[in-house]
Amino acid sequence: MAKKDSGITFNLISHQKLEHFSSTDKLKYILNEVKEGRILVLEHGLTPTEQAQLIEHTMKEINHDTFIGIEIGGYENEKVGFFQRVFGVAKKPRMTVIGPAHLLRMVHKDNDMIETTIIPGKGVN
Amino acid sequence: MGLLERFRESRFSKMIHTIFGKNHAKIGIYGPPNVGKTTLANRILRDWTGDIMGSVSEVPHETRRAKWKNNIRIDNGGSSLTMDLVDTPGIATKIDFKEFMNMYGMTKDDSRVRAKEATEGVIEAIRWLDDIDGVVLVMDATQDPFTQVNVTIIGNLEARNLPILIAANKIDAENASPATLKSAFPQHPVIPISALTGYNTENLYSMMVKEFGKKRHKQRR
Repeated sequence: MAKKDSGITFNLISHQKLEHFSSTDKLKYILNEVKEGRILVLEHGLTPTEQAQLIEHTMKEINHDTFIGIEIGGYENEKVGFFQRVFGVAKKPRMTVIGPAHLLRMVHKDNDMIETTIIPGKGVN
Repeated sequence: MGLLERFRESRFSKMIHTIFGKNHAKIGIYGPPNVGKTTLANRILRDWTGDIMGSVSEVPHETRRAKWKNNIRIDNGGSSLTMDLVDTPGIATKIDFKEFMNMYGMTKDDSRVRAKEATEGVIEAIRWLDDIDGVVLVMDATQDPFTQVNVTIIGNLEARNLPILIAANKIDAENASPATLKSAFPQHPVIPISALTGYNTENLYSMMVKEFGKKRHKQRR
């Protein structure tokens, strides 16, 4: 894990940056960034299938001394109307925060707000 | 045997069921660690077969391999459901072996082994999602329901058009709030239960027969 003395890095990722990635590349990118100790805020989050795959990949990457997993919180996918469903418009993933579990902790989440905190003593390496 | 009973047992009735619904389904018990999945699986098996599924513990990730029992028949009045029941390991996004040491007094070696097996269990649980017909999603009614694990499981099942029953477990605990779960997931049936005491499980069984017996077109991811 990269040690930085400049504090915690938050990257706010636009949906344009990720939309050209395949699901596999997107998950690889996210997991690499998080393993480097960065907290990502995705403008458009992940589909449920991608979320499940991210958990699966995370489990494979867990190294009990350096990486204990991820903390993730996102809003439920945007609902689509009847006509959009008819024309095959999928539910859109919404804003999601993902970070290393040793650094980021979910405090509270509901339909309108995601509250996170940096675990004391873990921020600046 | 009355006329109604004869009809239910008849070939014609079975044919109707084949066309309009299913009476044999593979049902997964899912949820985060320590919400009472195996306690519920044991309760279901004890009530309908006299058997049990596995051991339970206050230490998270007690179930680290999926376990299943086939051909469990649940009766509800005139309807029934025969199911293969799969008790899955708890799904988590992080596993820290130090928690087992610091909170539950396990040795370092045992904690590391448990953590390693737990990561494999999570992967196995996710893979089982491809092979089931419906889910009883167990949530702890004393905890915040908006966890990403719950949201991820529900999202995956909705994408596959699979039925979900939410079992709001631990209703016997003083601070349980099944109403919070109902308002969090209004699109799915939420049944308050205590898997430990058996409170309201007859209502859960009734809903399982009703929801999991419906004919649906399963979508693959």
